Amino acid sequence: MEAIKEKLIVSVSPHVRTEESVSRIMWTVNLALLPATVMAIYFFGIRALYVLSLSVMSAVFFEWAFEKFTKRPVTISDGSAFLTGLLLGMNLPSGVPFYLPVIGSFVAIVITKHLFGGLGYNIFNPALIGRAFLLLTWPRIMTTWLEPSGFTVDAKTTATPLMILKEEGIGRLLELFGDKANLYIHLFTGQRAGSLGETSVIAILIGGLFLLWRGYITWHIPLSFLGTSAVIAWVFGGKGVLFTGDPLIHLMSGGMMIGAFFMATDYVTSPMVRKAQIIFGIGCGFLTMLIRLKGGYPEGVMFAILIMNCFAPLLDRAFKTRVFGARKGQKK
Amino acid sequence: MSEEVIKLPQEKIRYRDLIINGIVSENTIFKLAISLCPAIAVTNSLRNGFLMGIAVLFVQTMVNITVAAFRRFIHPRIRLPIFMLIISGWVSVTDMTMAAFAREAYKQMGLYIQLIVAFASILARAEMFASKNKIAPSMFDGIGMGLGFLFALTVISFFRELLGRGSLWGLQIVNTKPLLIMILPAGGFLAVGILMAFFNWIDARYLKRASSHH
Repeated sequence: MEAIKEKLIVSVSPHVRTEESVSRIMWTVNLALLPATVMAIYFFGIRALYVLSLSVMSAVFFEWAFEKFTKRPVTISDGSAFLTGLLLGMNLPSGVPFYLPVIGSFVAIVITKHLFGGLGYNIFNPALIGRAFLLLTWPRIMTTWLEPSGFTVDAKTTATPLMILKEEGIGRLLELFGDKANLYIHLFTGQRAGSLGETSVIAILIGGLFLLWRGYITWHIPLSFLGTSAVIAWVFGGKGVLFTGDPLIHLMSGGMMIGAFFMATDYVTSPMVRKAQIIFGIGCGFLTMLIRLKGGYPEGVMFAILIMNCFAPLLDRAFKTRVFGARKGQKK
Repeated sequence: MSEEVIKLPQEKIRYRDLIINGIVSENTIFKLAISLCPAIAVTNSLRNGFLMGIAVLFVQTMVNITVAAFRRFIHPRIRLPIFMLIISGWVSVTDMTMAAFAREAYKQMGLYIQLIVAFASILARAEMFASKNKIAPSMFDGIGMGLGFLFALTVISFFRELLGRGSLWGLQIVNTKPLLIMILPAGGFLAVGILMAFFNWIDARYLKRASSHH
């Protein structure tokens, strides 16, 4: 009897616990953003480092300050504020004045995250709301892009490939980059104007595939997001004629990659049910391409993800697995 | 009226309480969260917000007085259309007065002045208060609700113009780069939301506690 008692442990459920924790997931995502960070600093120089670290530090500071102010447990070590700051910095042009990342972090952490109840309760992606606030507040600063000139001091302002594509068409884009292969290479490595972290497709892919391999994100959202965008770009992206668009240019330019792998897959603001995730991704892709091809802005990833964030809880509810044997509409 | 009037245990209504009720505990914008459309649409400058508040204060008070005065002659079955007629009458008065005496402001917000007809808050007070009370309390209730609305719009538009343009009542005050978002509709939602949270926080922290000590 005594021997059996030692073997039998009586406890309440859950009995199988995973080693995962919020902080471990968040720091892994931060790690996955490392390649993109390195490429951002490589292409945009020391200024990129300043903008990124300023935005990270202010995000962590505001998290600490708000939690101190409201007498909650301080959670800056779980990496979520660090991640928000990093993603916000990644979404800024390199030439912004230094007060922009700080104000953006304030909006992201205090208004978007903590006023709605803190981590896990925010409706919208904090980093994207921070960026949307900055874009609407200082439209000129937020759309002044610098050439990727590395560590040289004088960088010229220029237009992003998407702006050229929208304003002057694909002909001008090819003229600037030589031929199509050269254009693809520039877009793939990230040697183009744009927000700090969004330019380098290869760096983001490395980070994204790492997350997929570790199982922290699933393929549902990125694939449906990118797939929908590619199909729409191919069908409607051409000039006047259907099925003549170039999907690769659209996929590799703007914030499409970082949006699909790091923004739309945010645990808090995306659906949990797999089917709902696919619809979520399709919605993101559709809205992105709608804004890019028909809207007033050259880039639509941010607004597309924010709009779909609103629908995440509804999608989850609509696609929730029904209890086996229960009829539709019947209460459990 | 054929319906029997239900006699409630009538407390003596204090006019001061009616006014405070409209400004604090039943503030149209910050507490009841109705009539938010004008609170966002016209509050991008202090002058517009203030004039809109004055217009609503006037209409609310006059509607309450009129409804209370005629409450014995309005048949309950058709009371809502009649309230609407009374409201639209007073809105027309406001509309024409503003068109005559405040032309510049009217150009910017004439449409919203006419929309006062559709304000939930005005119809709600006519229905819930003025149609059941005497003229004097109804008037003070109207003044209270109107002052509450005026206060809310003034505060919202004060912050939106100051942050969004760096000016107040058209006068430039700060010369830094303003937060453009605050005069866009998005900033209106932000301002209303944050101020609503702030006033409810004040209310929960100080006013409720003060009243429970009585």
